Amino acid sequence: MDLLVGQLFTGLSTGSILLLAALGLSLTFGQMGVVNMAHGEFIMAGCYTAYVVQQAVGDAGVSLLIALPAGFLVGGAMGLVLEALLLRRLYHRPLDTLLVTFGVGLILQQAARDVFGAPAVNVSVPEFLRGGVDLLGVTVPKTRLFIMALAVVSVAAVALVLRFTPAGRRIRAVVGNRDLAETAGISSRTVDAATFFIGSGLAGVAGVALTLIGSTSPTTGQSYLVDAFLVVVAGGLGRIKGAVVAAVALGAMQAVFETYSTASLAKVGVFIVIVVFLQLRPQGLFTLRTRSLA
Amino acid sequence: MKFFQSRLGTWTGFAAAALVLFGLAPLLLSGFRLGLLAQFLCYAIVAVGIGLAWGRGGMLTLGQGVFFGMGAYLMAMHLKMADAEFRNGPGAVPDFMELAGIRELPAYWAPFSSPVFTIAMILLLPTAFAVLLGLAVFKRRVKGAYFAILSQALAGAFAILLIGQQSLGGFNGLSRFRYFFGYNLDDPVNQQMLYFIAAGILLVVLAVALQLRRSRYGELLVAVRDAEERVRFLGYDAANVKVVAYAVAALFASVAGAVFVPIVGIISPASIGIVPSIMFLLGVAIGGRATLLGPVIGALAVAWAQTALSEQFPSAWTYAQGLLFVLVIALLPGGIASVAAVTKRFQRKPVEAAA
Repeated sequence: MDLLVGQLFTGLSTGSILLLAALGLSLTFGQMGVVNMAHGEFIMAGCYTAYVVQQAVGDAGVSLLIALPAGFLVGGAMGLVLEALLLRRLYHRPLDTLLVTFGVGLILQQAARDVFGAPAVNVSVPEFLRGGVDLLGVTVPKTRLFIMALAVVSVAAVALVLRFTPAGRRIRAVVGNRDLAETAGISSRTVDAATFFIGSGLAGVAGVALTLIGSTSPTTGQSYLVDAFLVVVAGGLGRIKGAVVAAVALGAMQAVFETYSTASLAKVGVFIVIVVFLQLRPQGLFTLRTRSLA
Repeated sequence: MKFFQSRLGTWTGFAAAALVLFGLAPLLLSGFRLGLLAQFLCYAIVAVGIGLAWGRGGMLTLGQGVFFGMGAYLMAMHLKMADAEFRNGPGAVPDFMELAGIRELPAYWAPFSSPVFTIAMILLLPTAFAVLLGLAVFKRRVKGAYFAILSQALAGAFAILLIGQQSLGGFNGLSRFRYFFGYNLDDPVNQQMLYFIAAGILLVVLAVALQLRRSRYGELLVAVRDAEERVRFLGYDAANVKVVAYAVAALFASVAGAVFVPIVGIISPASIGIVPSIMFLLGVAIGGRATLLGPVIGALAVAWAQTALSEQFPSAWTYAQGLLFVLVIALLPGGIASVAAVTKRFQRKPVEAAA
């Protein structure tokens, strides 16, 4: 029983990290078809934001509270710049955005290496998040609980913004049918920029959260990126619901596979499951009903 | 341009390439530089395959490192087995396994003492794997970015899998080979022979790619790239067309990996994971992804620049790589081959292309 609860918790924890990393991707990939390989570097930028803020502020608790919105702004600003300078010109060539943003990612990684150095840096965890809590007979680190809560809050915030605000309605309209939305008077350019800002900002938040459970190096973001993309692919483009289910499922699978084999075999297992899953549902878990052929 | 599209032009082109590769290069380059060129030729062989799958077929394969790695590891296993047998007789354990404390030869290693079996596996295993994966993916019409991400995840999973395998050298991979099918690898003559093998394979691979491009199949492949639905409505199975190009690209990458191992002397997970797999694309993009020779020239140029610059200016070279990706893909999607066309378009009054 303890083992099961422990594994369940590990799965949820991995899933919530994946979800934080994938949430922003799901927005930008889903709406614009842009495959942003620099998303991982936006996460890394969030990590370093937390580091810089802590160096400046000192107190771990206060710095975390400042770093979360700061990370959102840093990630979002980088996303805005990327969208305005490059991606805007490439919307008709979505596959090419993948390689362009990979190049941007390379540059950002090297920039981080030059500014902060190649060795990993650490952000100290605030007092109130140290130690663990006993849940159903299993000791659960508070940092992991915090990340789960943050994932839940982020998803809720995105869902609420999309559903109830005018900006969210415009975003949904553009995702649903770009041409029709433009005909209805929505400036799809503004909406694209806004989506990219939010999506990249979420990467920054994910980065800040990641500093609580691991150290930060220039390649931190990259290690989460592929898994995050798999979440988006399995969940279905542009579906928050899909991202949530897929992230938790992938996290749980990873945890279960790891119990019975090694971490490396678990990765391979997850990959096989996704390929098989795409046989059943090529468009992912939840699909937008469209009449397009693509 | 017309000349090179004619039959005579093709033969002239191949003759010129053969003359440069087999005549001039060995004359002009020192042994060390010839070895480097041999290594670059391996990348060029991979690039020809990527040009076919990505440039002609529109499949963004971010996982060619998997097939490159398969060929490389299969060849490396045979070389390690041969070395062990040479030192300690049949059934001996390769040296790195002794260091890792593995006393028994793992069962899957045993057949690789046979050169014929090894070469057959190098040709068949990656191709069969690509066909299976391709059928699974393309039959269900998983394409575009989905396919790119899957192929990338495959490269990541493969590298992680290899790191976990102590019986394949783990993180360090396989290295220190002494003999290549009985030829001593320290002998400069044999190193030159390896260069000739790589150059010969490149020419063969180019000939195969050229034939594929000129055949009806080549037309079909481009049609699938540009309008898959229309091809399907005409009654063709687009998935089969894609699978063939994907499998051929996989085969090319595998052969390149197999030749790469004796030339470079090491293969490890670090050279076949996600990042190296994407790096294979840089040269192809620069040279012109849809052209025949562009990928080769691009791959050679990038590999040469990497060797020349990365040691002296590691930081600047990484920036340059990133910038090249951004600039070439964003501004010159046709590669250097399209510079003429692009400048011409700027000189003339811009005309809206018929979509």
